[in-house]
Amino acid sequence: MVVAHSVMVYYNRNMSEITESRKKSNASALHEVQQTRNGNDREIVCGNFANLAQEVASLDDLEAEAIFILREVAAERERPMLLFSGGKDSLVLLRLAEKAFRPARFPFPLVHVDTGHNFPEVIAFRDARVAELGERLIVSSVEDMIQQGRAREEIGPRASRNRLQTVALLDVIETNGFDAAIGGARRDEERARAKERIFSFRDSFGQWDPKNQRPEPWALYNGFVQRGEHLRVFPLSNWTELDVWAYIRRENLALPNIYFAHEREVFRRDGMLYASSGSTQLLPGESLETRTVRYRTVGDMTCTGAVESDAFAIDDVIREIATSRITERGQTRADDRATEAAMEDRKREGYF
Amino acid sequence: MSTDASTSAPLERRALRFSVSGNVDDGKSTLVGRLLLDTKQIADDQLEHVEEASRRRGFSRTELALLTDGLRAEREQGITIDVAYRYFRTAKRRFIVADTPGHVQYTRNMITGASTADVALLIVDARHGVTEQTRRHALASRLMGVKNVVFGVNKMDLVGYDEARFREVEADLRAFSDKLPSTAITIVPVAALSGDNVVDRSTAMPWYAGPSLLELLEDAPVANSESLAFRFPVQWVIRPGSDEHHDYRAYAGQIAQGTVKVGDRVVAWPSGKSTTVVGIDRHPEELGEAAAPLSVALRLADDVDVSRGDVLTHEGSAPRVGRKIVATLAWFDTHAARPGARFWLKNHTKSVKARLDSIDGILDLDSLALRPGAVELKLNDLAVARLSTSAPLVFDAYDDGATTGSFILVDEATHETVAAGLIRSESGDDA
Repeated sequence: MVVAHSVMVYYNRNMSEITESRKKSNASALHEVQQTRNGNDREIVCGNFANLAQEVASLDDLEAEAIFILREVAAERERPMLLFSGGKDSLVLLRLAEKAFRPARFPFPLVHVDTGHNFPEVIAFRDARVAELGERLIVSSVEDMIQQGRAREEIGPRASRNRLQTVALLDVIETNGFDAAIGGARRDEERARAKERIFSFRDSFGQWDPKNQRPEPWALYNGFVQRGEHLRVFPLSNWTELDVWAYIRRENLALPNIYFAHEREVFRRDGMLYASSGSTQLLPGESLETRTVRYRTVGDMTCTGAVESDAFAIDDVIREIATSRITERGQTRADDRATEAAMEDRKREGYF
Repeated sequence: MSTDASTSAPLERRALRFSVSGNVDDGKSTLVGRLLLDTKQIADDQLEHVEEASRRRGFSRTELALLTDGLRAEREQGITIDVAYRYFRTAKRRFIVADTPGHVQYTRNMITGASTADVALLIVDARHGVTEQTRRHALASRLMGVKNVVFGVNKMDLVGYDEARFREVEADLRAFSDKLPSTAITIVPVAALSGDNVVDRSTAMPWYAGPSLLELLEDAPVANSESLAFRFPVQWVIRPGSDEHHDYRAYAGQIAQGTVKVGDRVVAWPSGKSTTVVGIDRHPEELGEAAAPLSVALRLADDVDVSRGDVLTHEGSAPRVGRKIVATLAWFDTHAARPGARFWLKNHTKSVKARLDSIDGILDLDSLALRPGAVELKLNDLAVARLSTSAPLVFDAYDDGATTGSFILVDEATHETVAAGLIRSESGDDA
């Protein structure tokens, strides 16, 4: 087993310990009492994390559903693949795939769309995890597409490869003849994603037509596509950000260390903290400073913001998310802010 | 009472799934927005976004419907087009909300929302009272197996919180919903805009002594399928074929209902061959017993022929096996279908070719009676029809098992999902 331990952070799974630590933590931070109009006190769980033991029990249903979805797509499509970025949601997907298919190998390869602006720690983590699993990884590189003249890069200090990510994704689907792409997107992330099917149809241009989606009653997923068309499949549709973290805790999953508080050189732009990297071009008035931050989402460095945080361990992260008044994408994704329907527009064109 | 929710209010294991439907402009999305807002589920950036979007549209107040109407076209037209799923929770339980469209052309999405719902919340405008859509939604929800229907009589603020008006609408709702078989009906006067009786009980309607909508939802029972007859549709056969696991073979699937233990005698259908469960794997654990809705892999004592689409049951609780079924169909497609039309039919994990043999009739929304004589199935029709399949199905009547009793029809050419089907108890061979 080849595992780069330097980039993996493991946590001990001990239920009584976390329950204890939660009791000691300031309970009023997790719960607030709302004064209602008729004077009654209604206890509202803020961010709404109840109690870890209860959370874990309720994760069983979500896990069972996600495993069912993975097995359905494997059975119904000839050439599925699973998108794996090294981020927390796709790491949860890998654990679910182990539960769905082990002791056999996965009936699909893993695919990463690498913008070339990914966090080096995350790429190292990705490779270590793939080696540990003994599965096959296909990397679709935006950098290579640019080098080969098959894609053109935006220019200027605000240049982003967000759009090219879609190009590279559709390219790897077409080149390999994939007919299903399994991803870790969740309906609670964003208002356009709230409208997604679990088996979501894409035409031969990779386009999503939100007004004309296949109805999806019960758990009877329609896996039919013609050649050239494909499905996007979302096993974590019904999970929330908090469910993902509780599951990571329960399964003792390793994560890239950038999810936890660390010191980093950053600059502030549009109210967000961005990491400096080789490709960073500062605008007038911007300057680099060292802050203690962590990442709530992990994506392209040029459009993923860090949050100031002192959450060094998973329990701190769970507490931070449970009390946060801002959504993960709202806090960390510049790409969603462009217009009111930025995500819908990108999804229509084939973005994940 | 302790202030710590972890000791005072145990979180229920199961999430309650409910669908919300209503006419266009009944304030359905506003009501969902209000539920989310008053249970403090709206993050600051989401609220800011909605406030900003409302201002940009020139609204004088924050349009809560913009919280759930996320698509560009929905915002342009001010209506819900597609099902939006929302997640919220209180100290007591988690909720999955299917916010479904009111417009008649999107009825298929309403059916989809109801197919997995424990509770159907139907919104009625207090000014307009019961409409055809109200009846259609209530009947469709009941057809989909929802046994708990809550009517929210909305916009009570616009009728001056008048008790007499509420009693009138209530009587009309009772008059038709009492015909729904074994369905619990609750009727609540609400004002989604101001939040009266949504999360908090209203002070403006002292004549109403019942619970708020949220209180009702917190206490509603969730379907428990663990105690039903064991049904295990096989999804996938795990056969590593590696040296290390040379002889490993397990049948993977999600337990649709019931419980299974190591040592249980089981029958594989449609073959009817019996064997014994020797192992229940939930990698990397081995379980002694497992209940719905867990996803597991079963190892069997004998080398029986079992593949995807087959169903394992206990001995003595046989499912039905056959190539002819009678079903209630909800027609989703703009393209009408006549007897003789062919489709793909997917029932649990089994996909077969199917033919529409005949149409018994269309369900009348007023009398709930079957109107015979229909020559075709049209968009939004709820009908009773007969189908035959190219290979035997293993199934139950929908009332005995939602998973084994339901199916979809898929058009052979377009691959659109054209209908949802519920298998009825009568036998297709009787015709």
